Amino acid sequence: MVAFVLRKVSFMVVTLFLLASLTFVLMNVIPGSPLQSEKATSEQVKKNLEAYYGLDKPMFERYITYMDNLIHGDLGVSMKKKFQTVERMISSSFPYSLRLGLVSVVTSVAGGVILGTLAALYHRRFLDHFAMIIAVIGLAVPSLIMGPLLQYIFSVKLGWFSVAGLKGPLDYILPTIALSASSIAVIARLIRSTMVEVMNGDFIKTAKAKGLTGHMIVWRHALRNSMLPVVTYLGFMIANVITGSVVVEQIFAIPGLGKFFVSSIIDRDYPLIMGTTIFYAAILLVGRFIADIAYVLVDPRIRLKGGKAGA
Amino acid sequence: MNTPDMMRDDNPFAPLRKDATAGEKITRKSLTAWQDIWYRLKGNKLAMFGLWVIVAVVLLAIFIPVFSPFSHDTNELANKNAAPSWTHWFGTDNLGRDMLVRTMTGAQISLFVGVMAAIIDFFIGIIYGAIMGYFGGKVDEIMNRISEILYAVPNLLVTILLLVVMEPSLTTIIVAMSITGWINMAWIVRGQMISLKNQEYALASQVLGAGHMRILFRHLIPNAMGPIIVTVTLSVPSAIFTEAFLSFLGLGVQSPKASWGTMISDSIGAMTLFPWRLFFPAFFLSLTMFAFNVLGDGLRDAFDPKLKK
Repeated sequence: MVAFVLRKVSFMVVTLFLLASLTFVLMNVIPGSPLQSEKATSEQVKKNLEAYYGLDKPMFERYITYMDNLIHGDLGVSMKKKFQTVERMISSSFPYSLRLGLVSVVTSVAGGVILGTLAALYHRRFLDHFAMIIAVIGLAVPSLIMGPLLQYIFSVKLGWFSVAGLKGPLDYILPTIALSASSIAVIARLIRSTMVEVMNGDFIKTAKAKGLTGHMIVWRHALRNSMLPVVTYLGFMIANVITGSVVVEQIFAIPGLGKFFVSSIIDRDYPLIMGTTIFYAAILLVGRFIADIAYVLVDPRIRLKGGKAGA
Repeated sequence: MNTPDMMRDDNPFAPLRKDATAGEKITRKSLTAWQDIWYRLKGNKLAMFGLWVIVAVVLLAIFIPVFSPFSHDTNELANKNAAPSWTHWFGTDNLGRDMLVRTMTGAQISLFVGVMAAIIDFFIGIIYGAIMGYFGGKVDEIMNRISEILYAVPNLLVTILLLVVMEPSLTTIIVAMSITGWINMAWIVRGQMISLKNQEYALASQVLGAGHMRILFRHLIPNAMGPIIVTVTLSVPSAIFTEAFLSFLGLGVQSPKASWGTMISDSIGAMTLFPWRLFFPAFFLSLTMFAFNVLGDGLRDAFDPKLKK
């Protein structure tokens, strides 16, 4: 287990290092200086600005500084929003994204498990087809359509929810649905196909023969054994939620990190783009890492080299 | 006394004379593996629906811009934001451009991106995966590590980064998407190669003196075609979605061309006033993704009947 964790952590560090280097190189190979678009400035002001952003030093030196700052958690200063540090912008906006993301992850798993279980228990009957139609719709309608659609129907036409913003708990409902629809669909399909198989397993027959109630069999035995593929999917789902949140926050005007990310792209605010990219990447990698660990913990069949579980 | 012959004529319960060769007679046409797959696929109504939808969308995308009196970039400012009518079936957008033609040229772009990305993934993935799986050992170890590191890099973020610094164009989008897109395919091919390379026919071919290339391309890869085709089919909608996503963020194709994603992002602000501008591209994007997804599922079932539901 220790070796496994170490290997995964070293992978994460290598990946982050590569990504940070890549972002740095990309940031610097762009022709011209990022300050070129500024209004006509005198030579002296330009020199001062260059010195302020450290652009007057050779590239390798800047790379060392950038990496050194990165290790210390300093992502630099935004170029368009004057004198705002990138990490302040991230720390002020990320809580919104985090809350929305967590709610969406929980909704995805809960919704997917319920839908998939129903489909498996009523295999090839009405409820199964119904659940699978919902799942396919969730898969086919991406968040960038689901968002405006929900907004149009429930906020504009019916007036049940406020059109935009994230003020009360009710405001979470529409963005959460838009964000978790595709994950619900994938999880429902995973659960359904594994559970149909699991329900034919010998241990389910044993449980039935013992006289356990249907609920006990489903929740204690079948579902537990059907959760493995879902745990594998967790890493993907976190990526899904993160990328989806970029769009969903834009649609619902949520002041989260995703909205900053979009605006930084439109403004070509390089330090902010790089900062948010590295931050997103770090979250994604940590999410995948947690999913990997969860997988090993859940599945007793996986024996890791050097672990005690092997015997 | 009755002769046996008479008995058979008179007695309906008499056993028939057995013909030993009849049991071996082939009465139906024998099917090749591909015919068999097609036969199973035809039985899957949802998958066939998906297939026909794809065919229909492709035909519409090709022919509507050709036969329409409008073009995707002619402005008709006097007639902007017009609701759907007999002249403009899908209405017009904020510059008075015909939405039907724009939706269909958008379909061309989205489908082109989706298919091109899938084709690139197909070739890189097969070659990389086949080498990994077939040669195994140190080669596999090293190549697998490389792909694992690449895979750990969040692909959408890398794509966005590249698009920010490169000239936005269709080629850039496809290249940027392909950088990490092939890995999934490579892993699937690798798994197939590992399980196929020790099968008898591969060994027989080796014993007969066939080279690595011949074994790989004549024997192993054709036998791994099932999972490969399924993966390709399912990677098309994900590429279409990625393109829509990038266009939505303003990183996709540039005006006056427009993909579905661009049109959706342009119309969201005016959603309450001119909903048709959002509806048609959104509808076709969802329909196409739906079609590719159900076709991919159907193909998976058709290739591997054991997996079927």
